[in-house]
Amino acid sequence: MAEELAKIETAAESVGPAPSPAAADMPLLRIEEVGKKFGSFRAVDRLSLDIRAGEFFALLGPSGCGKTTLLRMLAGFETPDEGRILLDGKDIAQVLPHERPVNMMFQNYALFPHLPVRDNIAFGLKRAGMARADIATRVAEMVSLVKLDGLEKRKPDQLSGGQKQRVALARSLARRPQVLLLDEPLAALDKKLRESTQAELMDLQRRLGTTFIIVTHDQEEAMTMAGRIGVMDAGRLEQVGPPRELYEAPHSRWVAEFVGDVNLFDGEVSSRDNNRLTIATRDAGTITVAQPRQPVTKTIVSVAIRPEKVKMSRRGPVSDAGTSHAINRLEGVVTEVSYLGGLTTYKVKLESGAVARSSMANTARLDIDAYSAGQRVVAWFTPDDCVVLEQ
Amino acid sequence: MSARRVFARPARFAAIAPYVWMVLFFLVPFGFVLKISLSQTAIAQPPYTPVFDLTEGLAAIKAAFGELSLDNFRLLISDNLYILSYLRSLVVAVTSTVILLLIGYPIAYGMARLPRRWQSVAMMLVIVPFWTSFLIRIYAWINILQHDGLLNQILLALHIVSTPVVWLSTDSAMYLGIVYSYLPFMILPLYATLAKMDVALLEAASDLGAPPRQAFWLVTFPLSLPGVGAGALLCFIPIVGEFVIPDLLAGSNSMMIGQTLWLEFFTNRDWPVAAATAVALLGLLVPPLLLYDRLQRRQLERGG
Repeated sequence: MAEELAKIETAAESVGPAPSPAAADMPLLRIEEVGKKFGSFRAVDRLSLDIRAGEFFALLGPSGCGKTTLLRMLAGFETPDEGRILLDGKDIAQVLPHERPVNMMFQNYALFPHLPVRDNIAFGLKRAGMARADIATRVAEMVSLVKLDGLEKRKPDQLSGGQKQRVALARSLARRPQVLLLDEPLAALDKKLRESTQAELMDLQRRLGTTFIIVTHDQEEAMTMAGRIGVMDAGRLEQVGPPRELYEAPHSRWVAEFVGDVNLFDGEVSSRDNNRLTIATRDAGTITVAQPRQPVTKTIVSVAIRPEKVKMSRRGPVSDAGTSHAINRLEGVVTEVSYLGGLTTYKVKLESGAVARSSMANTARLDIDAYSAGQRVVAWFTPDDCVVLEQ
Repeated sequence: MSARRVFARPARFAAIAPYVWMVLFFLVPFGFVLKISLSQTAIAQPPYTPVFDLTEGLAAIKAAFGELSLDNFRLLISDNLYILSYLRSLVVAVTSTVILLLIGYPIAYGMARLPRRWQSVAMMLVIVPFWTSFLIRIYAWINILQHDGLLNQILLALHIVSTPVVWLSTDSAMYLGIVYSYLPFMILPLYATLAKMDVALLEAASDLGAPPRQAFWLVTFPLSLPGVGAGALLCFIPIVGEFVIPDLLAGSNSMMIGQTLWLEFFTNRDWPVAAATAVALLGLLVPPLLLYDRLQRRQLERGG
């Protein structure tokens, strides 16, 4: 376990500042110190990001964090106030949208209501001056790619939400863009359809090898589809990395809280040795955590533990001599039980009054192990499951 | 059940009300006009025969019906005064509508692209002339256009012309008056369609490689066609029957159908021919009215 953790954290460190530009390993898209202000509001704040060819990249963040503005700058609908956007080494920051080898799938699809499906898909091809016969071939290809066969003559009004979404996708892919930008592409679909469409999008991206950049506020969606996620807040990238890294090794309190649920205990480092830190927390007593690879320098820190890593038992964990000294125990009373089907979440009120959350998979059908409100329990977790955050 | 009891009667009345209105204030008067159009002139009070007199019994009424004829309509076809008037009305209406479209579209487009808070100001500016009586505004144009009017004074002062130009009583003056008066009716429906158009559509067009001009002709213009149709018909239909503007601003050598009608009615005191002219005019306007109605309905079905 410790090894794996180390791996995750190594990966985390490699995502720091971009390596010096060498023509050979130049990323497909390089965003360099890009900034955009609306009035006095900084929508995007000197942001830098590299995206490799063929990547499925997600920009994740709360509404108003600047992710859409960033995407619109990539599409050319907004012009950055500062910085460069290099596509294949060429600065496209000032290039007009109709002259960029980039296409966008719009949030509400923006299908042309007066044109049938076929002409919607062919729109970009005609503008590119493609030969009539080639357009017909390409449209047919796109139609079968997104499984719209038989609907070519329908007008957008005569399509269901899912079908419209496919037309929008086919239209934006028809020109074979180097980069496809997707602005909340699944937001208008219902949950079931969203899940199947996620799988289709991933499959499509793998087959075409096109670089996808998706903007979403739905972290589950981002984590399911993207190879890498950039978490944005207030116009800045808080952290960039694969989903697992964001979840298991968040760099900051903000990321830990934004991506998934988390228990956070503030405290002070009271002692440290080679591989253990002891932290005296305000609300949860003394917690022992594994020493992160990057040594903790500050003394005021927070300890983050994901709820599913907090186990519960009636008497405390069965300890073997070797590890028992390291297991963190929090005693308390169950105050809330939420049964969610696949898992059950519990809130445990600690003696300090603080609340610890735990979630446990319902691996058996019978509830012999379930806890109920009012019960005294021990919530416990290992040092390796804790993340020390300095901010 | 109780909801039905509460709403049923007023709702039913509300549904009937427009028909009652139409029957009382359109169909019944139109019946009178139609009847007069089938009568003959007479130097009498009223100036036509036959007159239905309910006091003289059924036989007399039957006889009166026998006297009705299509003579007046035959006159409309045989005398080219009327045909020329109709034609002139159509030419004036088509020409004015085209000019209105050419002027109104850019204005409506510009308004729809203004920042939100300025749009309502622009809308006010379009509507404000309605606060002054239409007739007064046309008389104001007479003042501006007359021999020693404002326009000639300005042109003379700027040394653009050396002698006053004759503006009044020309077709140009009439077109000016018509375009001036009807412009809001062209702008408002156009603005309504253009303003509700999703900006994302234009972004999509440009994203797919269409420069702004192409995006306009491929997306904005086709999507604004319902507004173009509504505006054009809203102007075309009343302009065909226009009387005041040509009468006050145009020359007297050719007349629009409205003027001919007025002449027959008041100068010649030939009520039957005037009535026939009016009925024929209505017949002329029914096809575009139906077209307008269909456009409106299609737009409603589209959900906006």
